[in-house]
Amino acid sequence: MRFLGLTYLGAILAFLYLPIAIMMLMAFNQSPLYELPFTFDLVWFKALAGNERLLTAGWNSVWIALVSSAIATSIGTVAALGLARNEFTGKRFLQLMLFPPITIPWLIIGTAMLIFFFWTGVGRGLHAILLGHVALSLPYVIVVVGARLATHGPELEEAAASLGARPAQAFFRVTVPLLAPGIVAAGMFAFAVSFDQFIISYFLAAPGTSTLPVEIFTAIRKGFTPEINAISSIVIIISMSLVLVVSRFYRFGGER
Amino acid sequence: MTTISVTSVSKSYGAFRALDDVSIEFRDGEFFGLLGPSGSGKTTLLRAIAGFVTPDRGRIAFDGEEVDRTPVHKRRIGMVFQSYALFPHLSVARNLAFGLEVRGDPKAETERRIEEYLALVRLAGLGGRKPRELSGGQQQRVALARALITGPRVLLLDEPLGALDRKLRQEMQVELRDIQRRTGITTIFVTHDQEEALTLSDRIAIINEGRIVQVGSPQEVYERPVSVFAAQFLGDANLFSGKATTGGLVLADGTMIRVSGQSAGLAVVRPEKVRIGRSAGAELNTLKGVVMQSVYSGASVIYRVAVPVLGETPFLAFVQNSSGELHAPGSEVTLAWDAAHTMAVAP
Repeated sequence: MRFLGLTYLGAILAFLYLPIAIMMLMAFNQSPLYELPFTFDLVWFKALAGNERLLTAGWNSVWIALVSSAIATSIGTVAALGLARNEFTGKRFLQLMLFPPITIPWLIIGTAMLIFFFWTGVGRGLHAILLGHVALSLPYVIVVVGARLATHGPELEEAAASLGARPAQAFFRVTVPLLAPGIVAAGMFAFAVSFDQFIISYFLAAPGTSTLPVEIFTAIRKGFTPEINAISSIVIIISMSLVLVVSRFYRFGGER
Repeated sequence: MTTISVTSVSKSYGAFRALDDVSIEFRDGEFFGLLGPSGSGKTTLLRAIAGFVTPDRGRIAFDGEEVDRTPVHKRRIGMVFQSYALFPHLSVARNLAFGLEVRGDPKAETERRIEEYLALVRLAGLGGRKPRELSGGQQQRVALARALITGPRVLLLDEPLGALDRKLRQEMQVELRDIQRRTGITTIFVTHDQEEALTLSDRIAIINEGRIVQVGSPQEVYERPVSVFAAQFLGDANLFSGKATTGGLVLADGTMIRVSGQSAGLAVVRPEKVRIGRSAGAELNTLKGVVMQSVYSGASVIYRVAVPVLGETPFLAFVQNSSGELHAPGSEVTLAWDAAHTMAVAP
């Protein structure tokens, strides 16, 4: 039974990580054509260091993801609080309308944004990408923070008020610490939505500026080089260590 | 310390009248029980006093000072919530410190008071624990200490013992009463448990459909209920309905029931006031019936007796088992009780 369980777990992990592992391995292989035997070499990382386009795109991706997730998390948290703690007409409708943006294909949202930004004069470029990413990650933030909020009613804030806490004191001493795991999770979600985003970034990028996924796609079309493996490996290591660090501080899905 | 007066307070939620012209005074230092079925408005009244509910009409005053425009955090209240509402991210000591910290008390004084109040609720040494590491009864005591530590003008308890099991509940009742006596704080507590209300309270109010039905000491309210609802909500009661006459009422079959007080055609008697199988005397009311069921519990026996003139509802009699003999189902018995225990009630 135990053996079966472990095999099952192993198969799932292999299914998830084998392609990634091979790609990371090949980033360290000397051959540009995935030839064996494996010869360890950092040649592709050296080449990457000289690839201005890829590095600029990578930097764009990072700051856009950071800024858009910060904006989306702040706005989204306030929106989630508003939805959870107030009753008003149209609330149900508003909550329902949060879900379609998650399910509508990105291709369609991207097209719509492109047309809308063109028509309103926002145009294309990194600012348009940033705006698009905020809009895209907002529903995720509201849903994730809202789920965390639902784990406790207004009673804790009421208890704080009964003990003499002003609304701001109750918010920062009680609400925020309790929401923190939800806010962190939402922020990571928003970061991932932005950082992974290809289609919308592709549509909204002005010629000459792009984000990492767009640049990787363009590079692959021109001809694949293991530099792509190298930068992908870096991205994977950074994002996985981020998850590990955060999970050390917060247990997901419930009370600590 | 504090007298709280509620004057003509009403509150509606849409078409639902949660409080309907409620006026009541809570005296300084008394332990007051608000008793009523769920949805009766008792919790709304408590929350209006706390400041969480804004009445549509009426006034609430603490020691004559109106608090209607005072937000919750400035009312200087202490509240224990049904779910305790302990801050899960803070230790027991920090939970207690909360109310002192937000008003900026000196640190040394705060720490001293925490120790004092932990001792008061017999939790000395547990200040470092998180609430989730405590048992239900311990959490309850933390909630109580946290509510009292700021020196509030009134202590409000919302079904404070509802989540505890029976044994723990009885222990906590004693402890709660003891702590209240020692601190002397005006205490208002909401409950739907009649026994709890009778045991703990100096006075009780029975609330139904947003209105106060009766206010008085537990004994007054139990022994002299003013209405059918008060009689039946607080304990059990046998109800008679008939034509009013001098000194009592006449049932449909002509039986005279002598009543204490002026009857308008309705009266009740408590089941424990009824005896079985005694011959009638001048002061006694009697009825004949057939035993339907007897529930034997050693020291006492509960009889359900069919009395045709009273209709479908069985007549209840709680009888001390002094003779050791049981009236078996089917046997014909005479029920007898004092006219003085037969109370006239309003519908």
